[in-house]
Amino acid sequence: MKLKTALLGAVASLAFAPMAIADGHEGERGRDGNVNIIYWQAVSTLNPYLSGGTKDIEAASLVIEPLARYDENGNMVPYLAVEIPTVANGGVSEDLTSITWKIKPDVMWSDGTAVTARDVQFTWQYCTAEGGGCAQGAKFANVTNVEIIDDKTVKTTFDGPAPNPYQAFVGHESPIIQAAQFAECLGPRAPECTDANFGPIGTGPFTVTDFRVNDVVQFAANENYRDPNKPAFATVTFKGGGDATAAGRAVMETGEFDYAWNMQLAPDVIAAMAEGGQGVPVSAFGTLVERLEMNLTNPSPDVPEGERSTSAAPHPFLTDARVREALSIAIDRELLVEVGYGQAGRATCNLVPAPAIYASDNTACLTQDIDRANALLDEAGYMMGSDGVRVNDEGVRLSILYQTSTNAVRQDFQALIKEWWSEIGVETELRNIDASVFFGGDPGSPDTFQRFYADVEMYANNFPGTDPQAYLGAYLCDKMPNPETQWQGENINRFCDPAYDALWAELAATADLDERGRIGQQLNDMLTKDSNVIVPLVDRGRVSAHANSLGGVVLNTWDSELWNIADWYRIGE
Amino acid sequence: MTEQTAQTVPTASAEKQRNQWLDVWDQFKTHKGAVFGLFFLIFITLFCLAGPWIWNIDPGDLDIRNKDVRPIYTVIWDSNAKVSWARPMGTDNLGRDIMANIMQGGRISLAVGWTAMILAIVIGTAIGVTAGYFRRLDGLLMRFTDLVLALPLLPLLLVMMLLFRDPLRAAFGPEQGIFILIVTGIGITSWMQTARIVRGDVMALKEREFVLAARSIGTPARRMITRHLLPNVLSPIMVSATLGLATAIITESALSFLGLGFPSDFPTWGKILFDNVDRMTAFPERVIWPGLAISLTVLSVNYIGDGLRDALDPRIRGL
Repeated sequence: MKLKTALLGAVASLAFAPMAIADGHEGERGRDGNVNIIYWQAVSTLNPYLSGGTKDIEAASLVIEPLARYDENGNMVPYLAVEIPTVANGGVSEDLTSITWKIKPDVMWSDGTAVTARDVQFTWQYCTAEGGGCAQGAKFANVTNVEIIDDKTVKTTFDGPAPNPYQAFVGHESPIIQAAQFAECLGPRAPECTDANFGPIGTGPFTVTDFRVNDVVQFAANENYRDPNKPAFATVTFKGGGDATAAGRAVMETGEFDYAWNMQLAPDVIAAMAEGGQGVPVSAFGTLVERLEMNLTNPSPDVPEGERSTSAAPHPFLTDARVREALSIAIDRELLVEVGYGQAGRATCNLVPAPAIYASDNTACLTQDIDRANALLDEAGYMMGSDGVRVNDEGVRLSILYQTSTNAVRQDFQALIKEWWSEIGVETELRNIDASVFFGGDPGSPDTFQRFYADVEMYANNFPGTDPQAYLGAYLCDKMPNPETQWQGENINRFCDPAYDALWAELAATADLDERGRIGQQLNDMLTKDSNVIVPLVDRGRVSAHANSLGGVVLNTWDSELWNIADWYRIGE
Repeated sequence: MTEQTAQTVPTASAEKQRNQWLDVWDQFKTHKGAVFGLFFLIFITLFCLAGPWIWNIDPGDLDIRNKDVRPIYTVIWDSNAKVSWARPMGTDNLGRDIMANIMQGGRISLAVGWTAMILAIVIGTAIGVTAGYFRRLDGLLMRFTDLVLALPLLPLLLVMMLLFRDPLRAAFGPEQGIFILIVTGIGITSWMQTARIVRGDVMALKEREFVLAARSIGTPARRMITRHLLPNVLSPIMVSATLGLATAIITESALSFLGLGFPSDFPTWGKILFDNVDRMTAFPERVIWPGLAISLTVLSVNYIGDGLRDALDPRIRGL
């Protein structure tokens, strides 16, 4: 009840926000002083092309911007572009093989130079450079060329008809970087350009003034921002680290911070914090799915480094679809939701839970079925041993190392899932890793989620925008992280199915929306229902919190949470 | 008269032959805090070791229907509270019994404390005595001590975790492997103070007449150390041992609290604290119990150390 009241309060404050703006929250730039933002995962880089971590990408969204963003309803809004190109206005060619963007004439980089078509072209070159291992490679998967038409016009050509041409340069994961600044940082040299990666020059409302890795980022209002009256705040202190609890308390109970991201806390805890009266939680449902990822390759330390967790060494038992299905149906998802998320979550069997046309009617996994799971494992040849762990004839024990980030809800999930798996004769070893390391993407660390030195791992991921094509494209054969790509890549499971690749190519060539929905659902089912390579658990609403005195916050599940920070303001005393 | 003298002499010599450990014990008893500390340490050790035989509930058992049970004493001020005699300390948010967890957690925390302490004392004494006794090794060993003193524990443990976790896990299993890692980490970073103190004392003792006398009759170095030096530096060693035990428990708690250390299904006092910080306001007992256990154990060990120092010092003992 308390959470509901709090959420209603949040909705109400959102409803009032536009009115408040109309009430005259206009004025000169920097009038409202400082705003404190806390992300409990600290920022490690401000270059979204070198990090898969949401915290890095969202922090970068204050500085660098894409050509177009999504608003809170999933509609596209032009940012650096004059308008959204469509077939109707001639921006997209009739055969869907190219899209032409026009850049706003007056946008400037924060160093005072003009944004040109060259910068857009360079962004593409940067992400697709040889040996670079770009974290957002899927965005540019189908782009064959980006050419400069004139100083402010750029044309992207695709390798075939692209029914959804709004992937490259759209959304917070694919912003435009300055060609002059990153010119020397192509390919393998990208991680070496520390100055550029830690202080990109951007077009956004803020610029970086001080960056301390894995700690604090200081921003100041961009003097060359295109709207002279924005942003309302002169400076931003972007604090990272700590945990979700501390962040929630700092906003809702003590009022030290104005905005806290991703309150992944038990519902009763959030409700109790909201009683502090300094701030309110806000929530919205998007495409964020907490899931178990099954490793199809062998993560055992006995496998030599270089082959470990790569497709050269197949997993001893998770490559068997029956084992994966048994692991999936042994889980009681409704109970997980009740324990972990309350109203901020719902049980799901889909990797793509929204928008509606892409959401498959896949509900088979929602009922826990221990008996069937046991039968499946018997059928797969794994017999219960004397110690309660199943072994097959070749002596392969169903023993799983299950890792996730350090977070109270995730550790509760681990405890529950371990219990259910022990009922079907699967032994589980739990491991939790500090979130900054786990999602840090550091190629030198063995503990990142991309490296996946475990059998099963749990985390949540989502896709920006409304089209899952790029998201589903992450599971193509050539997207596997491996030592050659500095362990970058989105195909965490090392899933590789030629039929999947072919179907994804078909999706990429289909323009009709209903047909796209059908194929999208089929791809989703191939990863979840049919193969259980990905075992979705909970569709999570996003809950963040902001101070009562902070106005203009519009929680957006389709883009960066800080997408409209230029419009934030301080509510007067 | 002669007879009387003859009678008194044996009594006097009997008193003189009185075991010196009894003297120590007599002196120790006069320190109230130390006696209380000793009793508490014995109590908490028995509670953790023998407790699970009587209270045989698996600490990892999930009982979701009986989650969030409050401790039994809550009834005193809130008659509607969800309590159960079967769960005297209540359960956590997944229905795990808190009392069983405190017992299991105490076993680990105490085991880490004792093992790390013994390791630190053995290393510290060995290096301290060697450096103090053999002048030629002194410079080398003390510079090495300085070097280790400069190592920060947390980053060192993180690096050790990274390098040795997988081999240790393969060799000893996940819990045992981490246990060895943490104990070694704490042990090899906390022997330096002991080494410094022992070295100083040994150097002072070395110049004393009885050592000179022993040397003049040709006592070899090995015998010199075990027979004459070690017994005389026992008092500072004992004291740093008790302090070391306390430090080790606290370091382990700190590591678990930071989410490093043991896997999440492996309770230690520090970990129980860490897991329940979120619900501290709603369920204060979940942090009070492990917190009390840690602080009382550390406090009692410190008191024992204090009492031992007094009791082992012949000047204070009045001899």
